[in-house]
Amino acid sequence: MLKAMLSEAWLAMGANRLRTALTMLGMVIGVGAVVIMMAIGQGAQYAVQQTISTMGSNLFIVLSGSFTTAGVRSGSAGAPTLNVADGAAIAELDGVSNVAPTHQGTRQLVYGSQNWSSQVIGTTPEYLDARAWNIVNGAGFGDSDVRSATRVALIGKTVAQNLFGDDDPVGKTMRIQQNPFMVIGVLGSKGQNLDGRDQDDTVIIPLSTAQRKVFGTPFLGSVRMIMVQADSAENMPRVMESVTSLLRQRHRLREGMPDDFFMRNLSAAAESEAETTRTMSILLGAIASISLLVGGIGIMNIMLVSVTERTREIGIRMAIGARQKDILTQFLLEAVMISFAGCLLGLLLGLAIALGINAFTGMVVVISGSAALVAFAVAATVGIFFGWYPARKAAQLDPIEALRYQ
Amino acid sequence: MAEPVIRVVGLGKSYATAAGLFPALKGVDLEVRPGEYIAIMGPSGSGKSTFMNLLGCLDTPSIGDYYLAGENVAHMAKDALAILRNRTLGFVFQGFNLLPRMSLQDNVALPLVYAGADKESRRAAARELLDKVGLGKYAESLPNRISGGQQQRVAIARALVNKPRLILADEPTGNLDSHTSEEIMRLFGELNAEGITIVLVTHEPDIAAHAKRQVKFLDGQIVSDHLTGQAA
Repeated sequence: MLKAMLSEAWLAMGANRLRTALTMLGMVIGVGAVVIMMAIGQGAQYAVQQTISTMGSNLFIVLSGSFTTAGVRSGSAGAPTLNVADGAAIAELDGVSNVAPTHQGTRQLVYGSQNWSSQVIGTTPEYLDARAWNIVNGAGFGDSDVRSATRVALIGKTVAQNLFGDDDPVGKTMRIQQNPFMVIGVLGSKGQNLDGRDQDDTVIIPLSTAQRKVFGTPFLGSVRMIMVQADSAENMPRVMESVTSLLRQRHRLREGMPDDFFMRNLSAAAESEAETTRTMSILLGAIASISLLVGGIGIMNIMLVSVTERTREIGIRMAIGARQKDILTQFLLEAVMISFAGCLLGLLLGLAIALGINAFTGMVVVISGSAALVAFAVAATVGIFFGWYPARKAAQLDPIEALRYQ
Repeated sequence: MAEPVIRVVGLGKSYATAAGLFPALKGVDLEVRPGEYIAIMGPSGSGKSTFMNLLGCLDTPSIGDYYLAGENVAHMAKDALAILRNRTLGFVFQGFNLLPRMSLQDNVALPLVYAGADKESRRAAARELLDKVGLGKYAESLPNRISGGQQQRVAIARALVNKPRLILADEPTGNLDSHTSEEIMRLFGELNAEGITIVLVTHEPDIAAHAKRQVKFLDGQIVSDHLTGQAA
């Protein structure tokens, strides 16, 4: 019986092709818009998530304080107020999973006839853990390298390409500021950070080597920055508070004296960026669903016209034994079929356009099966919701009146 | 004597109008036995159409009882009436009332769809009846490809497809010329000869003359009920 009804619904749709096609177009545009907007929105979210995950999670940095000489203020990390011992003390605190004192700056690198300017970071092995940075070729340095200030370096992908070209950099010796450094490993690619800076344009060397050979320090053991990783996002505020009180105590700051260091929550900035894209993607989806709603109203409109036009047919069907349920099913089925067919076409159109956007603009789009499922569920709901009223109207016609209708 | 197909007792129907209740049918009694061929006659407004709608289970009476095949259907619910129309009755209308988008075969088979028959038995039954009314070769055509008389034959085939106890024909020749009308009436005569019970509404005496019994309506009441020369 359902099969017979399906084929009848198909016939009815075919009876007025242009009208059916235009009704369907409403759904096609609606579903297509939802698919495209979701693909773009999720793509943007994915891109931001990706960038955030390259930064490392639950991170904050402690910068040494500023100083003032003759009214000129140095800005953060100008004064040598932090040292390696502060880092070691922070590492003892509860909820801290990694601590990496760092000293960084831009230096000229030389290998053979090539040279390249890059960011040089002097730090401890924990830095790589905190930032979840892996080594794809060669190996990292250990605590013994930091203790004995060996001249070894890890280089990012960009540095490897610019300095070594097609050669394998591992085992080669390059120079940073006249000092020879042996490349012992190549870092995995991280791409751009949120500011758009190339994170792969980096050289990482042991902290002690950086301080003694590359940057020099005002006092032995002083660092400009300490990167701290909390063990969870929930613990971040508590860890930041305990680091503040620990450092104030260690620096012998009395009540009322300002901190001689700064703290920056790196994760918070990233989270707010993620929140922004999430909001944007919800907004895009909401706007697109309005067109889906309009498509549904189009279906209802046409079904109402169809019921009026086919009043006599409904009368005949009732006379030969169609129950109210049968008439209801018939018209509902038509509405759902139009909406499903429209949804399917819309899905294909949306996918094609989303892939086109990706191909021509390089914008990241994410096409998820769940988005397609949601679109389908919504289309079915729209079909039933907007098909219900006309179908019920048809089913409740009086057979005598309907038969008399001209 | 066999149990009546139709037994109507004190059947009445009133319609609400602006001028108050209008009694279209005022307490009618009638019995129709199996194999009868009855013509219901009367001028317009005599209540014969109202009576026909009640007999066809398209409407429910205000008062009185209606036993169809022994069952009182006067106060049945809409869906139960739909099932009765489907299983027990066959309709033939003045305007043929075929569905224009369906082939003749599908039109004839349509009542079987609502009866829940499978596709193969629907097809076979529709074919058999189209052959019976002489239109088997047009089975795949659409209704607008054939003449009015042929369309009415298809409608009769559709009325027969569920093997009903009773055929109700409402002015079946009203849209046909006299020659074609004769053909249709001959078909009804043949069906009745096979034992099918027929109730026919008409206002034309020469059409009514084909029936075996004539019932005349006037002002919502039966004014005469007699056998014709056709009754053997």
